[in-house]
Amino acid sequence: MTTLTDPPKQAFRLSQLIYDTRYRSMTIQVIAMIGFLILIGWLISNTAQNLADLGKEPSFRFLGEPAGYDINQRLIDYNNQDTHLRAAFVGLLNTLLVAFLGCITATVLGVIIGVLRLSKNWLVARLMTVYVEMFRNVPVLLWIVFVMAILIESLPAPRAFRGDNPEATMKVFDSVAVTNRGVYVPELLFGVDARDEKGEYLDAPTGWRVGLGDLPIGASADNPACASYYATEGAMAGEPGPGCGTFQISLDLMAVLFVLIAGFYSAHRIKLRADRIQEATGERPTTWYLRLGVVVVPLLIVLYALGAYLAYPELRGFNFRGGTHMRNSLIALWLALSLYTAAFIAEIVRAGIMAISHGQTEAAAALGLRSNRIMSLVILPQALRVIIPPLISNYLNLTKNSSLAIAVGYMDITGTLMGITLNQTGRELETVLLGMLIYLTISLSISAVMNWYNNRVKLVER
Amino acid sequence: MKKTVFLGALTVAGLAAGAAAAGTLDDVKARGKLNCGVSTGLVGFAAPDANGEWNGFDVSVCRAVAAAVLGDPAAVEFVPTTGKTRFTALASGEVDMLARNTTWTFSRDVDLKFTFVGVNYYDGQGFMVPKELGVSSAKELDGSTVCIQTGTTTELNLADFFRSNNISYEPVPIETNAEAQQQYLAGACDVYTTDASGLAATRATFENPADHVVLPEIISKEPLGPLVRHGDDEWGDVVRWTLNALITAEELGITSANVKEMASAAGNNPEINRLLGTEGNLGEMLGLSADWAVAALSSGGNYGEIFEKNIGENTPIGLSRGLNAQWTEGGLIYSPPFR
Amino acid sequence: MSDLSFVRTEMLPEKEPPASTVGAIGWARENLFSGWFNSILTVVSLTVIYYVLSTLLTWAISPTWSATSLGECRDILAEVGREGHYAGACWGVIRDRWIQLLFGFYPSELYWRPILAFILLGVALAPVLFSDKVTPKLLWFSAVFPFLFPWLLWGGTIWAPLAVIAGFVIGWFVYKAVDASAGSLAGIIAAVVAAVVWWMFLSGYVVNGVPNPDDPNAVGGLNALLPIGIEAVESRNFGGFMLSITIGVVAIACSLPLGIVLALGRQSDLLIVKALCVGFIEFIRGVPLITLLFVASTLLNIFMPPGTNFDIILRVIIMATLFASAYMAEVIRGGLAALPKGQYEGADSLGLNYWQAQRLIIMPQALKISIPGIVSTFIGLFKDTTLVSIIGLLDPLGLSNSIRADAAWNGIVWEIYGFIALMFFVFCFAMSRYSMYLERKLHTGHR
Repeated sequence: MTTLTDPPKQAFRLSQLIYDTRYRSMTIQVIAMIGFLILIGWLISNTAQNLADLGKEPSFRFLGEPAGYDINQRLIDYNNQDTHLRAAFVGLLNTLLVAFLGCITATVLGVIIGVLRLSKNWLVARLMTVYVEMFRNVPVLLWIVFVMAILIESLPAPRAFRGDNPEATMKVFDSVAVTNRGVYVPELLFGVDARDEKGEYLDAPTGWRVGLGDLPIGASADNPACASYYATEGAMAGEPGPGCGTFQISLDLMAVLFVLIAGFYSAHRIKLRADRIQEATGERPTTWYLRLGVVVVPLLIVLYALGAYLAYPELRGFNFRGGTHMRNSLIALWLALSLYTAAFIAEIVRAGIMAISHGQTEAAAALGLRSNRIMSLVILPQALRVIIPPLISNYLNLTKNSSLAIAVGYMDITGTLMGITLNQTGRELETVLLGMLIYLTISLSISAVMNWYNNRVKLVER
Repeated sequence: MKKTVFLGALTVAGLAAGAAAAGTLDDVKARGKLNCGVSTGLVGFAAPDANGEWNGFDVSVCRAVAAAVLGDPAAVEFVPTTGKTRFTALASGEVDMLARNTTWTFSRDVDLKFTFVGVNYYDGQGFMVPKELGVSSAKELDGSTVCIQTGTTTELNLADFFRSNNISYEPVPIETNAEAQQQYLAGACDVYTTDASGLAATRATFENPADHVVLPEIISKEPLGPLVRHGDDEWGDVVRWTLNALITAEELGITSANVKEMASAAGNNPEINRLLGTEGNLGEMLGLSADWAVAALSSGGNYGEIFEKNIGENTPIGLSRGLNAQWTEGGLIYSPPFR
Repeated sequence: MSDLSFVRTEMLPEKEPPASTVGAIGWARENLFSGWFNSILTVVSLTVIYYVLSTLLTWAISPTWSATSLGECRDILAEVGREGHYAGACWGVIRDRWIQLLFGFYPSELYWRPILAFILLGVALAPVLFSDKVTPKLLWFSAVFPFLFPWLLWGGTIWAPLAVIAGFVIGWFVYKAVDASAGSLAGIIAAVVAAVVWWMFLSGYVVNGVPNPDDPNAVGGLNALLPIGIEAVESRNFGGFMLSITIGVVAIACSLPLGIVLALGRQSDLLIVKALCVGFIEFIRGVPLITLLFVASTLLNIFMPPGTNFDIILRVIIMATLFASAYMAEVIRGGLAALPKGQYEGADSLGLNYWQAQRLIIMPQALKISIPGIVSTFIGLFKDTTLVSIIGLLDPLGLSNSIRADAAWNGIVWEIYGFIALMFFVFCFAMSRYSMYLERKLHTGHR
């Protein structure tokens, strides 16, 4: 008979904390934690004492004070009497804008260049190699400055458009002005029959195509800018003035977007229905005109009803007025970041394509696909799985590199919050920490979204 | 002062150990070098030449202070600072004084806790436009594109000016003067605005300076001067009175050429004697040697000489004295008496 | 009859291939004009090349090498009949300032020191980078070099780097002593504590002697006994490419041990250690370098005990080190992940403990795999050193502003930028080629 005996119960000895592997990891962790806390405490106490010596108390109250400076590119309403917080927000939107545009162009350019590097055309392949090496091996800050200088020096100034025999003319049926201050493109506006402040029609009236106007969020009756919004009569009744509310939503644009999304959704449903019919009967009904129709027709109707028209830029005074002004600083930063990142993406794409076994190409060729279809239908979708993870880190790099906007005077979050606001208020600690926090949030969000996408397209291994 | 080899090694590697709270004057003397914050490069005011020697109007003030304190105008470490880093550099004790065309304002003096020891250049923000635009007043600039240097008071002044005149403008913020100049010349902005001295200096280097005009409006007061930290009055006095010595010397006709001779023996003018240390003990009161002012003046001459050499009418920059003439000649440059 | 046949009995002589498939024409048809799309691409490429080269060359070939100011350049160009804004480059500025762009304000009589330091850097790296061609005995030099390098660049007394080395030696002996009696973990902790105590508190007295309150500049200790040293150079005299390379090299060298620790921490089973490492790495990788440089320029002094005051270049190096260490950790983690699991198991089966396994089995292999990644991290960091111009340091880009602020060269744009870009290209291209060579070499075993 065997008796089960419990392992001898030993009293816990202190030396076990070092020698016993079960406890040792605990010891290490506790030591690490204590060390970390001491470090943090030390930093905080130093900071507190230094700030006390300088007579500055850490406080974020400055964010509520008027900023006092102007920002040229604002995606939301802003003037120099608004707060530093709002200025920072304007900067944040600018950062996001250039990062978004940059990621898209860099991807498109990168894929094209990566594919062309593998082209059978000797000259093109060499040229693309030169491009990639040139952009990868020179600092991005230098490229940003370069592109800006090229734009400034090579494009005509607005004054070149003036006179009877101008040196420069507008492009695309006189609707786009390319100047060294930026590109002016026509802008979609609503309300042909809207009236100006004096009650005059802006254009020949038909009486009802005035648009829906703007909806101010957070409007209050105390704000004088909102007087017209709350007014029931007068030419501008129901229209919020600039500065009314925290921000304003264009109801016209919302209506157009809604119709557009509804159209696409219907088109998608029609396609699904066509799929079902094809599965059941083997014959696919022709639906392209229907699908086109549900997107386009309602859109046109809504656009007409809202009185949509294009505002063309025209030279008035010192500058072009009207239209959308894409500033040089935005274009330079956008272009430089895209070109620079595209060189890296091209390498990733090339590596991804080369990772696909040659048998895939041959098999696709055996099916009778032409070479561009082989690339787009067989190779690239498979390469995508290899490409996406490094692509994410390049998107992150591009977003982070957009902080170099300051070199061309693009007012991003670094230029507003960590630039002029820091200068004017002298709050280094608060502004820099807040700025880092914002960038960290952006980075983590981008990687979260892209990782989610990556997990979706990842090959499911069994 | 706890100094160990580890930290000592870092000192060699550039760690300037020194408590900001201790007397800056003693620190500077112990170190044998003056750390002076200047701009990273502004024509006529501060720029390094091919040999790495810094020159310019602001730089001369640093050299004069170094000469007064240490007897050697070359005993200066110039720390280039940007608009963003300058105040931190001063507050943290990285530099002993800042001579970087910094405008004396209430909030910088009171809120940021600095002491402006005087004014070495009275400036004001102006506008420069190409002549062909036909603009004669800044009020006609409605809708124009304006190049501004960021990190300065200019962007606030500009916002205030256009707001109070109810005209619109498009600001183009730019980091450095060199880039602003490039944009302006290419026509990427209609107007360039900065301190009038900067405008003149910039215009002077154009291929065709005559094609550009500086508009008559001066929209702000920009008294530029050296500054030190709050709370160290001995050091503040040294910098203040060195600057005043330069100014007084011009008023009294002491130049770098004749200062040695005048200092060799007491003369008839008691103020000159007091200034040059042949009478009284002003140097001792400051905690400096008796010939501090002689050393300061030998370094680059009096205020007028410094002005003429770096930014005066005979230089490419060609600024006239204007407001910066001696008070006896109708300007604002005025030093309290040495008594 | 028998010699009559309807089938050819011998081969015909080979015909010449059609003229259109051999020689230059054939090559061109094959490689440049193999279809309408390719032909269009070729023509477009040729146009671009022609346009770029013709603009660039007419501008760059310009007899202005000896000019001493921009005005003189314009005069020279006007003399040869070239007028206009882009008449030609003004190369005088490069002749005048190239030394400054390379060395910054380093005293000219001491240029041999950085040059020697960078040559020795190559020597010290050789046994690591070209392990198959160089004798491993040089590794001893590589071990000493990290202390020699700063001493050569910054100068000063020889005792400072020696005292730092002494700290490591003391740590090593303490480790040996404690390891024998109390185990390896206690040994490591004791060694670190001993070394830190030596550096922070004791070494000062040994090297500089007991501080004299009356005369803070008095020297004592070894410095007084044997004042061996070379002229000290303040780091704010560093500038130009020397500054970029120094920041890059020092930051990468310092980030390597930090990165290894972080990578091991990230792989560790210890929850808190792992969380701290992941937090640090993700934080650093999530913010742009420029914000870290803002921290260096405006905040680092606030975080330190009152009274300490680091030089800005040292602060930048500290932040660049932290920045690089996060990326380094990821590179090394990749190297660790690429090792076959058998290596870990083999180490375990030999009865090695964690540190022994890391030191003898894992790290040597993982680091070797990581070298290409380390090189590209270095290239990235080296390029990013241009950002220090934004906080007012005079790296090449910062110097370009100072040069343009000189009345003689005010208005110069492309010449300096072109020169800087070219220098960066040469450095980075060479390094990336090396890294590719290494990758190919490392891959031979696997394919």
